[in-house]
Amino acid sequence: MKRRMEISELIFKIVAYFFLLIFAVLCVYPFLYAIGASLSSDGALTGGNSIVLIPMVGEGDTLGFGASLKAYEWAFTNTEFWVAYSNTLFMTFFGTIWSLFYSILGAYALSKKRIMGRRGWNFFLVFTMWFSAGVIATYNNYTSTGRVFAAIAGMDPDQWLTSIDGKWLIVIAMGMNATNIILLRNTFEGVPAEIEEAARIDGATEMQVLTKVYIPMSKATIATVALFFGISRWNGYFWAMKVLGTSQEYSWPVQVYLRDFLETYTTIIKPTVEEYDANDWEAIYGSKGFDATPCAYAIVVCSVIPILVIYPFIQKYFAKGVNMGGVKE
Amino acid sequence: MFKLKCDDFLTYDEESGTYSMSADQKVRDEVEKTRWKEIGLKFLADWRLYLMLVPMLFVYICWRYLPMYELTAVFKDYAIRPSTLPSERSWFGLQNFIELFTASSPFYTSFWQSFRNTFILAFYGLLFGFPLPIILALFFNEIRSNVVRSVVQVCIYLPKFMSIVVISSLMITLLGGNSSNGPLAQLLMDIGGDFFDTQAASGLVNSTYYFRAIYIVSDLWEHVGYDSIVFFAAIIAVSPTSYEAAQIDGAGKMQQMRYVVIPSILSTVVIMLIMKIGSLLNVSYEKVFLFVTQGAGTQRNNYAVGSTVSVWANGLSDQGVAMAGEMLNNLIGMCLVIGSNMVSRKATDVSLY
Repeated sequence: MKRRMEISELIFKIVAYFFLLIFAVLCVYPFLYAIGASLSSDGALTGGNSIVLIPMVGEGDTLGFGASLKAYEWAFTNTEFWVAYSNTLFMTFFGTIWSLFYSILGAYALSKKRIMGRRGWNFFLVFTMWFSAGVIATYNNYTSTGRVFAAIAGMDPDQWLTSIDGKWLIVIAMGMNATNIILLRNTFEGVPAEIEEAARIDGATEMQVLTKVYIPMSKATIATVALFFGISRWNGYFWAMKVLGTSQEYSWPVQVYLRDFLETYTTIIKPTVEEYDANDWEAIYGSKGFDATPCAYAIVVCSVIPILVIYPFIQKYFAKGVNMGGVKE
Repeated sequence: MFKLKCDDFLTYDEESGTYSMSADQKVRDEVEKTRWKEIGLKFLADWRLYLMLVPMLFVYICWRYLPMYELTAVFKDYAIRPSTLPSERSWFGLQNFIELFTASSPFYTSFWQSFRNTFILAFYGLLFGFPLPIILALFFNEIRSNVVRSVVQVCIYLPKFMSIVVISSLMITLLGGNSSNGPLAQLLMDIGGDFFDTQAASGLVNSTYYFRAIYIVSDLWEHVGYDSIVFFAAIIAVSPTSYEAAQIDGAGKMQQMRYVVIPSILSTVVIMLIMKIGSLLNVSYEKVFLFVTQGAGTQRNNYAVGSTVSVWANGLSDQGVAMAGEMLNNLIGMCLVIGSNMVSRKATDVSLY
């Protein structure tokens, strides 16, 4: 039966489509802007008043259609940027593995009805979601645990921030998320007890039950949680900035480097003496230096590219994860 | 002779004048002993499970619970031995809290200002950030084409996964936080004419007048799409038979929405509302920090209307007072969480924790 659309329904549909499309465009616009601006050629952005979605033409139009890859050329030859980038890769990789390691083990133990003090353990986790000690106390805690670990490792506690590699501190001490553990616990609780029993009758140990039964059966949740951890590691900024500060710039993740660069860059980038001598700087960039704004955007684009690339594939997992996230006791 | 009143577990022997354990108590002791033995055996049988808890406990104790121990420094004299553990300082009482409440102290104005900012930002966030995802989900339900739907989905969840640094930097550049005119600010000024001009001279983000609006809009932009997932899932879960029944009763599309969709997502709405109220004070300090400071922590012009308690504490040199302020803020936040949970348990039989 084909039903005639009412006027109110039609209006509602039009409004819905219109609003959603506008909103969708607004959501991606800043990123498109960044890409467009990063490809703009030298000097084109200094006026800075236009809404750039297509690259702007200026001096040194290398690609022929107004775009220039000079900013990327600069970013790719910028050692500081690559150090920060590889630090972030390091932190994301090992950080996600470490977070997953203790979360899966802990969630598995908590999912067992026979564990003693189950309510107590759960409260232990959930309380961290209710109350946090705050920025100052947390910072003091990073300092004092850093000192303790330096002392254990036989280093001078007062010099802990120069002797301990900040990358490892960030990997081990940051990125905790009780919600993710609870999500894993709920999934593990949903695995049928019969399968575990069958495995135990076949002589599986506790660890084998976990690795051969529970983990394969909860792959989707584990993938979701891994992605949550990974994204939060990649995007982590505040604590890395606060703990590493200026005393360990070589351990900076890319977000800290990015913020520092965006806040301090001057409009013209000039080469250092070594750079000037080392390669044919003048041939590439001209003698008077070049416009830094596209370079800033090039760094922004480089830092979001990993997420942009994997995002369309993982987006459906996130939706699933949110819907599974109903926390229950 | 004085006789102890402990008949319950001792019996008094009149002849020898001594006490001995009563038969009841012996049984009770035995029971107690067996209980502990059983607990020990249970523990030993499952020692692997407890071992599995150890890494998680280690991380959580070291970096979630020890900070709470560090927080005890708020009751201690910080000035005497600044860089030692709280245990090595002397007790100090509530002096740090009193500082916050006395009008003559140098922290009074800035603390209450940031406290007020926290509440205002949180309240606006709730006011606009709560109904919009629901509306978005209702709109979403209207899209029948799968292709359009997934394209729109990809777009509107995107900002949620971007780094806060990238988002705030883009916002600041687009709205002209560093110079007088970002492209978006320029566009707004072209449209709005004189309306923006006086404030926009030093950049829209920097203006105390527009900061809150900009913050809330950017927050909505970031979260609304992702927050609508829950509601959309609830709408999809509505059984098609309910629609059919309503259609047979002669309900048009709008009436179906009014009488079928909205009542069936109401429980989700209530739970999400309670959850939102619970996390009211968790205004993202990272984001506020990035918006109101510049370079190495220097304050922007919008600091006065933007800084929340955490950002205020972060910029303070007196750690004791800073911790006291944060503790006050977080305790209120905790009361909100627990309170909203209790209300939810009473009202809907659903509690989150």
